Amino acid sequence: MIPAKFEYHRPDTLSEAVALLAHHGDDARVIAGGQSLTPMMKLRLAAPGHLVDLQAIAELRARGSVAGFVKIGATCRQAELITDESISRLCPLLREAALQIADPQVRNMGTIGGNVANGDPGNDMPGLMQCLNAVFALQGPKGGREVAARDYYEAAYVTSAADDEILTLIKIPTPPIGHGWAYEKQKRKIGDYATAAAAVLLTKTNGVCDSASIAMTNLGETPLFAEEAGKLLVGSTLDEAALKAAAKAAVAITEPAEDGRGPVEFKRAVAEVMLLRALKRAAGRAQ
Amino acid sequence: MAKAHVKMTVNGREIEALAEPRTLLIHFLREQLELTGPHIGCETGHCGACTVDLDGRSVKSCNMFVAQADGANVTTIEGIQGEGGGMHVLQEMFREHHGLQCGYCTPGMITRAYRLLQETPDPTEEEVRFGLAGNLCRCTGYQNIVKAVLAAAAQMNASKEAAE
Ligand SMILES: Cc1cc2nc3c(=O)[nH]c(=O)nc-3n(C[C@H](O)[C@H](O)[C@H](O)COP(=O)(O)OP(=O)(O)OC[C@H]3O[C@@H](n4cnc5c(N)ncnc54)[C@H](O)[C@@H]3O)c2cc1C
Ligand code: FES
Ligand code: FES
Repeated sequence: MIPAKFEYHRPDTLSEAVALLAHHGDDARVIAGGQSLTPMMKLRLAAPGHLVDLQAIAELRARGSVAGFVKIGATCRQAELITDESISRLCPLLREAALQIADPQVRNMGTIGGNVANGDPGNDMPGLMQCLNAVFALQGPKGGREVAARDYYEAAYVTSAADDEILTLIKIPTPPIGHGWAYEKQKRKIGDYATAAAAVLLTKTNGVCDSASIAMTNLGETPLFAEEAGKLLVGSTLDEAALKAAAKAAVAITEPAEDGRGPVEFKRAVAEVMLLRALKRAAGRAQ
Repeated sequence: MAKAHVKMTVNGREIEALAEPRTLLIHFLREQLELTGPHIGCETGHCGACTVDLDGRSVKSCNMFVAQADGANVTTIEGIQGEGGGMHVLQEMFREHHGLQCGYCTPGMITRAYRLLQETPDPTEEEVRFGLAGNLCRCTGYQNIVKAVLAAAAQMNASKEAAE
């Protein structure tokens, strides 16, 4: 379990980090918490010649809520997200999901930026970000740009970010007061990736649903945003029949692969259960 | 590729050493500093036997390069002891409640529990189980580990109250 040799860099500013990536090209990789990259390097599935550590860059750690957005710096650790009372009050879905990722030691290192940038379909944050309609800010040698989480994922480990771009900030539209939320994840044990997981965010007025967003984790090459399933709920009273129809519509877009967590049919069945539970819990929480 | 200069505080002592950046922190601690308390169980980030305290957080030292820990304050099981220099209450309670059998997971368990009781000084049984979920034990079935941590919390809180 010894990784290949690399040269280590710890820049203090974002511009230095971007310059290092531009200079070393393909041979450089950023490391945030290292909880996904280090295992890959130990297995030599990744062997970057230059590792650019983001830990000293203060501007990547800032977080708070500004003008209708919850803004979270890329190197905010999963553990910090869980203990941040103000973010948890504004957007409780973040804490609910973060608590279901890995274990305490991994969450003490693993960052939200690393989790969404990694591109592993097993990661929980990407589906969550699609549910929340988050936007990712990227910085590269040619400047900055923003990409919606719903457009970011192209295939397993392939995202729309270029090799020399750093994900700097995650912007989440603050969900309306009284919204309902839930993240339901089936896993074999604590610290395991999802067999299937579902994120739900919805709002209702006078008992009638006026918006609903549903996304899923580890049921395809990328996280899946179930747009049609969400639309089915709008205008309903979130009754059992409506929730079941939405869950069915969401399952219809899944493309799970058979692996150690089970065959395709099993994963679809688990997905439906996770979706229904998440929908029920979110509907019950909405005011 | 040249070795890099690393500096850190380990168990209260300032250390300086030369190490390849790719060296895993656990290998650096065990082989270069001869701190063999933290164990290697899986070397893949799953078992928690290699848990150390880094700047006040529990981390798995097999899933981290020594270069990332440059400048950090590290505590290993060797640095955890009672006020007078004897056993820490956690260590005493692990002994009293039979919180170990082969002992392989114990350094990681205690190092994690030590931090857990600072994060959550009066945990429920469920909080102890959730807080120790990154540490695997093949022997005990966890019951006695949980008992030991709860007993240590009770003792530590009682002596805190007595001191006030
Ligand atoms: C035992 C174990 C269990 C786990 N269980 C789960 C789980 O249940 N659910 C889950 O979602 N994850 C799980 N993980 C993964 C963990 O959450 C990782 O922390 C996360 O996937 C990556 O975050 P990181 O900060 O560690 O990123 P790193 O490992 O440092 O980086 C991951 C990738 O993203 C890139 N990257 C990182 N930051 C940026 C950035 N700001 N801009 C551009 N690229 C960047 C890196 O170059 C690398 O390619 C588990 C990990 C372990 C070891
Ligand atoms: S040896 Fe580090 S987690 Fe198992
Ligand atoms: S006591 Fe043997 S592994 Fe825990």
